[in-house]
Amino acid sequence: MENYTEPVIQTSRGPKAEPAGFKLFLKRLMQQRALVLMSVPFLLWLFIFKYVPLWGWLTAFQNYKPYKKFSEQEWIGFDQFNFLFTDESFYRILRNTFVMSSIKLVLGFVTAIVLALLLNELRNIFFKRVVQTISYLPHFISWVVAASIVTTVLSNEGIINVLLMKIGVLDSPILWLAKGEYFWGILGGTEVWKDVGWNTIIYLAAITTIDPSQYEAAEIDGANRLQRMWSITLPGLKPVIVVLLIMNLGYILEAGFEPQYLLGNGMTSDYSDNLEIFVLKYGIEESNFSLATAAGMFKTVVSCVFLISANSIAKKLGESRLY
Amino acid sequence: MSNISASRSRYNSWGDRIFDTLNVIFMLCLVVVTLYPFLNMAAVSLNDANDAVRGGIHIWPRMFTWENYKFVFNEATIFHSMFVSASRAIVGTIVSVFCTAMLAYTLSRQEFVLRKFITITFILTMYISGGLIPGFLLIRDLNLLNTFAVYIIPGIISVFNMIVIRSFIEGLPEGILESARIDGAGEFATFIRIILPLTVPALATVSLFVAVGQWNSWFDVFLYNSSNINLSTLQYELMKILQTTNTASSSQSAADAFAGAMGGVTAVTPTSIRATMTIVASLPIILVYPFLQKYFVKGMTVGGVKG
Repeated sequence: MENYTEPVIQTSRGPKAEPAGFKLFLKRLMQQRALVLMSVPFLLWLFIFKYVPLWGWLTAFQNYKPYKKFSEQEWIGFDQFNFLFTDESFYRILRNTFVMSSIKLVLGFVTAIVLALLLNELRNIFFKRVVQTISYLPHFISWVVAASIVTTVLSNEGIINVLLMKIGVLDSPILWLAKGEYFWGILGGTEVWKDVGWNTIIYLAAITTIDPSQYEAAEIDGANRLQRMWSITLPGLKPVIVVLLIMNLGYILEAGFEPQYLLGNGMTSDYSDNLEIFVLKYGIEESNFSLATAAGMFKTVVSCVFLISANSIAKKLGESRLY
Repeated sequence: MSNISASRSRYNSWGDRIFDTLNVIFMLCLVVVTLYPFLNMAAVSLNDANDAVRGGIHIWPRMFTWENYKFVFNEATIFHSMFVSASRAIVGTIVSVFCTAMLAYTLSRQEFVLRKFITITFILTMYISGGLIPGFLLIRDLNLLNTFAVYIIPGIISVFNMIVIRSFIEGLPEGILESARIDGAGEFATFIRIILPLTVPALATVSLFVAVGQWNSWFDVFLYNSSNINLSTLQYELMKILQTTNTASSSQSAADAFAGAMGGVTAVTPTSIRATMTIVASLPIILVYPFLQKYFVKGMTVGGVKG
């Protein structure tokens, strides 16, 4: 804008062609000032809370000390990344992240699809509604409550130990949450318990779009229930399954950290620590901001690549579910 | 769906009947597995604390008492944390849903010149974020540490919720907006008087998501406000109790440690307090979500993305 107060520059540039588009834009902006006022404040909010932190990535290349000003920080290049990639515990953390995400992905998909198929076969609609409502419940409770429940269920006096001892599998109770080798299983089981009902919503909605005449035709051909589920309902769900699977592969590094943090402890950390807990431990507990930022940055960049590829694959398959 | 099931029921073979029976049994098992832990928690919370340590309580209290609830509601810290949780759920939901809906409305207007730019700027943040540490440093530099505002402001807009509401507005009949404009209503008035009332189903879905998220969150308390007990929430207090008990080898030894810390004699144990707080923390949700079911099921499928 300042340029236009300088007549020399204005004449030398020949202002007519360029500002026309810009002037039109400004004119429309003025006409739509109510919409602008209703949306631009949130753009500012977005800039401060989502884009300014990206600037903080620079701390990954510094030896950041909280008491120093930004200009006084010592620049150390890629040293933090070198440290990460030579650190053996970092590879264990990557392994944990991938394993836990994969378990969640595979178990989550299989159980939700099976449950949706079985719910769809229920004949009594009232019973079906009640089961669905109850199955959504664990999705809404917090991970703190879920962890509290899991801790109780798996305690010495908890139902799992009691049942296993009653049927003679165990002689004495096992401290499930104190043994690292059980952690992945417990986590997978808890995640299924919490979200299996919720995850059926999208499949059940997809099932309602399947043409009923297909079922009638199959019935006349003498197909039984399992055959109809296998060769009509499941293929009908295939597009949704493929898209959701691809989208979830994009989130493979985002294993979450609440369940790991709340259910894990010193005895299981070899199995329960993932990338986000690594960031939390170094960053918040030990105030090593630079190393934690480097690890966080690694995570964001890798997930971003995963997500974008997932999205473009989904688009190629003709179903852009994510916008 | 019901007419399909009805027409099918005429072809009742033996195989079908066995399948149906097994299916119903499976669903009953699912219901038991889902509900048992909650009933168990409720039974422990309503049982005498020192008796509960002996174990063996399943879905019915052995020695009924309200003591645990009396303790929880009389403990100043815990009671205050419930108040903070409720406040952030109410304030956070109202602010967030109103702002998200307003933004969604502007972005649903095809002729809005900034529509594309703003939409893309928002959606980009779903792919890329500064992460935990830069986020923490930002909150520190904005002087939001140890404030109530840190529960509300950083989460005003959720892109996912915005898309749910925007898709819903875009699905409204065109004529409604036009008739509003002929009446000479301004954009803001149109939003308040026409769009908001028509978007209630989407707003109900989003309100549920936001309120549940606010009520359930503990990590922001841990990260930003852990040094100010006046801003602690119920979930965070429960989390602290959980952390002290989950590594203890048995509830008896945990109870001993707890009694030691509380000065010897106590009618409550960490196990009973934890059970009671677990029930208090989940009860509001259990009471609300079934009534919003038809909305959130629709919202999930309109949004088209897995939550």
